[in-house]
Amino acid sequence: MGNKEEKVRLIDNNGLRVDGRRLDELRPVKLEVGVLDKADGSAYIEHGRNKILAAVFGPREAHPKHIALADRAVVRCRYHMAPFSTDERKSPAPSRREQELSKVIRESLEPSIMSEYFPRSTIDLFIEVLQADAGTRCAGITCASLALADAGIPLRELVAACAAGKIDGKVVLDLSDVEDKKGDADLPIAFMPKSNAIGLLQMDGSMTEDELKQALDIGVNACRTIYEMQRDALRRKYHVEHEEEEKSEVAEVNA
Amino acid sequence: MSATHQPTPLAKIEQKTIYDIVLKGKRIDERGPLDYRPLTLTLGPVEKANGSAEVYLGKTKVLAGVKIQTGTPFEDTPNEGILTVNAEFVPLAFPTFETGPPDENSIELARVVDRGIRESKAIDLQKLCIQPGKKVFVVFVDVYILDHDGNLIDAAGMAALGALVNATMQEFEVKNDEIRYKDSKMALPMLNYPVPITSVKVGNSIIVDPCLEEEQVMSCRLTVTTGKNDDVCAMQKGGLGTFTPEEIKQIISSSIQKSRDLRAKIISKVN
Repeated sequence: MGNKEEKVRLIDNNGLRVDGRRLDELRPVKLEVGVLDKADGSAYIEHGRNKILAAVFGPREAHPKHIALADRAVVRCRYHMAPFSTDERKSPAPSRREQELSKVIRESLEPSIMSEYFPRSTIDLFIEVLQADAGTRCAGITCASLALADAGIPLRELVAACAAGKIDGKVVLDLSDVEDKKGDADLPIAFMPKSNAIGLLQMDGSMTEDELKQALDIGVNACRTIYEMQRDALRRKYHVEHEEEEKSEVAEVNA
Repeated sequence: MSATHQPTPLAKIEQKTIYDIVLKGKRIDERGPLDYRPLTLTLGPVEKANGSAEVYLGKTKVLAGVKIQTGTPFEDTPNEGILTVNAEFVPLAFPTFETGPPDENSIELARVVDRGIRESKAIDLQKLCIQPGKKVFVVFVDVYILDHDGNLIDAAGMAALGALVNATMQEFEVKNDEIRYKDSKMALPMLNYPVPITSVKVGNSIIVDPCLEEEQVMSCRLTVTTGKNDDVCAMQKGGLGTFTPEEIKQIISSSIQKSRDLRAKIISKVN
């Protein structure tokens, strides 16, 4: 993590963090589904000061053809940061970091996609970070999973993601920008609650075995909270149809 | 863009054999689930490099070289030297390795190795500053995969660490921001010895240090890099499967244990 010699206090005497959060408190999360017109599915997330758009195209014909797989869809993923999303301008060319993140994000979402229903096709997933504020890969995954659902692609489950970490020697949830830079460790997690399955796990910094296990637990728990927010966001968009369906089901049962 | 890979062709019957053997708590090469393959480490095979190391892990062969040159520091760390790690999946190592710019697998491997060295503060980068904000030493670690028989991340991580402990540079002193080289040589200022341990999930079993065939049937892998005080400094999950939180905790514990022997082995080579 960042250089430690300028000692900054990240937790005050009341046990509150720089932005006033408790140790196990998430930043405010706002989710919106279906924000783009031309994409097959899309979603927008604001997580703290992160602002991220995700769009899904497909399933569509594989192009070029030779990348197609006979028994399943090829899932392609691009995580990209806008040049103006960071303090210093970021070159728009894909960095090594973005290439690695594109891979781990794809590997966290692919287990949730029933890609075996769409052989010889591709499902393309684009994540654009418009403003970055630490935890972009997790917010990106949360958002992209909603975009996949919005595209009507059959999913085993929604994927929720959140980071835990360590600052000032204490295990905390959801690091902010300054905490990420000055803190001790960062542990991004993507989790599917019903399957009890972790699809993304990375870590950097320094943690003992016990701290790591504790951070894993609070991170997984936060994913459950975010999972409920994702479901609410989907309900907000598809509310009407669902309620009518439910009613007619109830009516059938009653009859 | 990152895309689903074409799975490496492995006959169904072969896949099933490996799967069944692992299910019984055994391995195709007769190891136990948590047994590491024998590791052979040779320090300094390349004389022109500042440091080098060759690692054999089973039949996996990795060569790492360290070159130390001067350069300009990053703006946010003006008082620190620079570490860069790069990995080449050389085409002679494996049928599907191709020439051209590094693909996502080699980028991922290099970044996982880099994270281990950087986050454990293995090198005292502040001692590699010549003139703050202007001139520092740059430590280039280049990892060459020469033969691929599985578990490249661990082999690469240990080769990189071996090359760093093997590295020497001209001793220098800085007076009035001017650098003067002395006649003697010095070792790189090392503070920690990070060792990556990779475990994979086959079916519902966890096995450590997968060979190539086991990697081809695995659902996912987890690399846990541990430093000298048993502190974990880097982790990376890969592959299309998923782990339960319990499996992850189990892998963290076994990886920390396993890393102790390997670290001792690498350090013993230096003295």
